[in-house]
Amino acid sequence: MTFDATTAYRLHDRVALRPEPFGALAYHYGNRRLNFLRAPELVALVESLDGHDSVRAAFDAAEIDQRRWPSFEKALASLAASDFLVTA
Amino acid sequence: MTDMGIRESRPDNLVLSPVKQSGLGDQMKRGLDAPICLTWELTYACNLQCVHCLSSSGRRDPRELSTAEAEAVIDELQRMQVFYINIGGGEPTIRPDFWHLVEYAVDHDVGVKFSTNGSRIDADVAAKLAEMDYVDVQISIDGSDAETNDHVRGEGSFATAVQAMEHLHDAGFGEFKISVVMTRHNIPQVDEFKAMADHYGAQLRLTRFRPSGRGADSWHELHPTDQQQRELYQWLLDRPDVLTGDSFFHLSALGEALPGLNLCGAGRVVCLIDPLGDVYACPFVLHDEFLAGSVRDEGGFQKVWQESDLFLELREPQSAGACASCGHFDACQGGCMAAKFFTGIPLDGPDPECVLGHGEPLVEAADRQARPVGADHSRSAPVAFLGRK
Ligand code: SF4
Ligand code: SF4
Repeated sequence: MTFDATTAYRLHDRVALRPEPFGALAYHYGNRRLNFLRAPELVALVESLDGHDSVRAAFDAAEIDQRRWPSFEKALASLAASDFLVTA
Repeated sequence: MTDMGIRESRPDNLVLSPVKQSGLGDQMKRGLDAPICLTWELTYACNLQCVHCLSSSGRRDPRELSTAEAEAVIDELQRMQVFYINIGGGEPTIRPDFWHLVEYAVDHDVGVKFSTNGSRIDADVAAKLAEMDYVDVQISIDGSDAETNDHVRGEGSFATAVQAMEHLHDAGFGEFKISVVMTRHNIPQVDEFKAMADHYGAQLRLTRFRPSGRGADSWHELHPTDQQQRELYQWLLDRPDVLTGDSFFHLSALGEALPGLNLCGAGRVVCLIDPLGDVYACPFVLHDEFLAGSVRDEGGFQKVWQESDLFLELREPQSAGACASCGHFDACQGGCMAAKFFTGIPLDGPDPECVLGHGEPLVEAADRQARPVGADHSRSAPVAFLGRK
C-alpha cells in the first residue's frame, strides 16, 4: 500500500521508541526491525500522529514549515513501508 | 533535512547503508544511551571445547551471576529499553535457570536470541520454542560436513547440530539462524552452508574469525588467506540476505562497502556482559584492558554503559594512526580492535587482515610471547589444536 499523507496513521502497537541524542531508535517487536528516527521533530511528530485525522493535519498542528513536508513525508512513508506506521 | 532519512536495519546486521552520506556513523561513534547489540554470556560451562572459543569456555565459574542477579540485570535492560539481547556462553542452555531467564526477559520486553551448539534442542524443546514470541535461536556450526565441523568443535558435534535443526524445522519454528565462523577450512564451503540454510528455511549468518580467547592459539592456522577474503567479499556482496553481524567491514576496503555500520561498535553500540556480570567493550575483547565495570557495581549496568571511563574514551574520536594515509580508511576504519589487540598490533595500526597486506608484517614482528592473553575458563587439560587430517 502506498503512503497517503491525507489519511490518518499511527505507530504500530508493537513498536517502541527509545530516545537518543539524535532523535530516537524505533524497534518493532513484530518483525524485529530497527529504525533510526533522525530528528527530534520527527519523533514528536510520529508520537502525535494518533490524535489527527491525517498526516498533514499533524504537520499543521506541529507547525512544521511546508517546505519541509516532503522530507517528513518521505521519512514517514519509509516507516509505513516497514510496518512501523499503520493506517489508523 | 534530507538527512532525517530513516535507516532501517535487521537487528542482527545493523543494515544502515548508505551510512556515509547519512552521518549516522558519526552519531554511532559518539555512543548511544543504551547498547543496540548486547551479548550476554550466561555461563562459562560448555559441553564442547571448540578450538576457537572466544571466551575459552569449559568450566562453570562459581562466581557466576545468580538467578536473582540475572533477573535484576534484565529489569535494568527493560528500563533502558534494550529491545533484544544475544545470549551465549559457554553453552547457555546448560544453566539450570536458562529457560526461566529467557521467559523472564521476554516478559520484560527484552527479546532474546540465543546461540547454542544444539545439544539441548530436542523435539520437546523445539516445540516449546516454536510457541514463544521474541525468541530466536542460532545454531553454531563450523563445517558443512561432519569432518570439517568436528575437527574444530569435537566428535559428534555436527550430528548434534543437524539434529537440532531438524527438530526446529519439524516443529515449525520458522527462520532460525545457522551461524558459522569463517575459517580457512570452511570458506570453500559457503555455498553448501547457504544450501543447508535454504533447506531448513533458516537464515545464514557468517561471521569473522577473531583471535580472541582460545582462537588466539589457532588463529595463525585458521584465519582466511588473502585470496579467500577476496572471494568471501564478492560472495557476500552478491548475497545481501546473508547476515554477517557487520563483522567483515575491514573487507569494505576492497571496493564497495558491505552493508552495515562499517565501524567498530565496541563500547559505542556494542558490549558484552560476562557470566560474572563483568562488562566488556565487546564479546571479542575479554581482557582487563577492555573491562569497563560490573553489573554488580553500584549504579549497575546503566552506570557502566553511560559513565565508565573506558566507554567514554572509546566514544572519543579515535586517531587513524598508521591508516591515516590509506585511501580506504573511510570504508575500513582500520578494522577490528580485538583482532589488532590479540595479534599484538597497536590499536591505531592496521587490521591484521588488512586487505592491502599492511597487517601481516606487523603480526610477524609482534613478539609472540608478549601478545596479550585473555582469561581462560577451559577445562583443566589444554586443548591441543588438531592438525588437519
Ligand atoms: S591500511 Fe588500514 S584503513 Fe587501509 S585497508 Fe588496511 S587496515 Fe584498512
Ligand atoms: S573490537 Fe572488533 S569485534 Fe569488537 S566491536 Fe570492534 S570491530 Fe567488532
